Amino acid sequence: MEKRVLLVEDEPNILEAIRFILKRDGWSVETHSDGNSAVDVILRSRPDVLILDVMLPGKSGYDILREVRSEYTEDDLPVLMLTARGQVKDREIAERAGASRFMTKPFSNAEVLEAVRSLAGA
Amino acid sequence: MMRDTLTGGRIRERRILAGMKQADLARRAGISASYLNLIEHNRRRIGGKLLLGIAEALGVEPSILTEGAEAALIANLREAASDTTQVSAELDRVDEFAGRFPGWAELLARDRKRIDTLESTVKILTDRLTHDPHLAASLHDMLTTVTAIRSAASILAESGDIEPEWQDRFHRNINEDSARLAETSQALVRYLDDAEDATADVHAPQEEVDAILARNGYHFDQMEAGLSLPHDVANAEGVGLSSVARRLFMRVLEQFAQDIAVLPKEKVIAGIKAEGVEPFVLANLWGVDPALAMRRIAALATAAGAEPVGFAVCDASGALVYRQPLDSFPLARLGSGCPMLPLYRALASPLLPVAAVVQPTERDEDVFTAFAYAHPFGPLRANEPQLVFSSMLVASRAGQPNHAAPLKVGVNCRICPRQGCVGRREPSILSRGM
Repeated sequence: MEKRVLLVEDEPNILEAIRFILKRDGWSVETHSDGNSAVDVILRSRPDVLILDVMLPGKSGYDILREVRSEYTEDDLPVLMLTARGQVKDREIAERAGASRFMTKPFSNAEVLEAVRSLAGA
Repeated sequence: MMRDTLTGGRIRERRILAGMKQADLARRAGISASYLNLIEHNRRRIGGKLLLGIAEALGVEPSILTEGAEAALIANLREAASDTTQVSAELDRVDEFAGRFPGWAELLARDRKRIDTLESTVKILTDRLTHDPHLAASLHDMLTTVTAIRSAASILAESGDIEPEWQDRFHRNINEDSARLAETSQALVRYLDDAEDATADVHAPQEEVDAILARNGYHFDQMEAGLSLPHDVANAEGVGLSSVARRLFMRVLEQFAQDIAVLPKEKVIAGIKAEGVEPFVLANLWGVDPALAMRRIAALATAAGAEPVGFAVCDASGALVYRQPLDSFPLARLGSGCPMLPLYRALASPLLPVAAVVQPTERDEDVFTAFAYAHPFGPLRANEPQLVFSSMLVASRAGQPNHAAPLKVGVNCRICPRQGCVGRREPSILSRGM
């Protein structure tokens, strides 16, 4: 059974590019763009790996992740966070919120693919 | 101790400051030394004719002795004491402190004000860096767009077997994103330019002076016409300058005045019209030092009908002490400039005129002649290093043929995209370049 990735990102062209490379690598990819409804979508979808942008309309990726972590531990649901801010304090906030990996824009497709494979234990 | 009982202490301080012995002051005031001793230790009240006599003998106003330190000084000292909880100052003796040690008290009060100003500046700068929502949003937008372009471009470059429909889609995405990136970049540059104008209050003193010089076209007509002296211009143009910036401004104006005295405006304009922007030719014609010729040409090139010129002066450390940039030939405001500039090459060969064709950008039309000349500066003293200043005048070569490949120069390494430059000290934020 193919593994599932849920990608929560509001930038449509990034969404399309990541979805393309993951699908080509054999992943089943779901996408979502809104921060407010993201927690419900994540809990309902229960993907193998969650890719979560930090700056989303309605609710930040950090807040979304804190809510998700009250339901699922890091072992249950590994999370790759994407952000344009790469300072140490941003990384620390992401870690405290429960991120498994943290990736700073602009990242490469290969980096995303490697991170998802690694988080899914593939 | 109350303030009105401290007159004696002030008399003692003033006497010691004046280098006068107790017996001498007592004799001049017509009293015994032992009585003066009692007054000085606040054990006898003093007033009337005796106070006037002692004040006269000390050469101060009687009120200096009776009123002592200003109320504002005492208030400042009280504020300084309340700023910290780690040290408990003797607040009940602040009047006595200000009265007995007016110099130290003034120093303490001034330092406290200075710390206030510096803290306020640090706060403004920190706020700007960490809480500037426009800057943060623009940078986030740029990085997001760059990520989208990078992802789509690498899919196109690395996927040989991609379907035509997907190829079209990613091409379209790259096209859209690159247009968006261009817009965001332009908006960011506009914003940074505006922010620079709006934040002149926290610039370094040299930058405060630069702003006034730029506003006046790097010359002052009233001085050129002999109608104003440096301090007149400083008063008229230097309103609101910090004290350090005002001193720097005066130094620049005094140099202008000296230069005008040797080379008046009419002579400089006639020279430029006859020979063009040729500082070495004109220095010979006028019989003056090439650095002086460059300064006068920099001030009056446009008045003579020539294209605007750039001009810079640095000391032997490479720090710019005068900066007249051109839009098409920027000069590093802070930090280290491009080591390829003839300005720095001249430092290695003082008194040797240097002229080079230089290209500050990748565009062919922006080619300039840079004239540079380094010369000793300041008094010559035995066993002390002779200071050296280097001056560089930059004139456009638009319309002139270039017989040799121009020397590639930049502003500074961090924002210079040139690759393979032998002078590069650090990587550029614009390309790998190292």
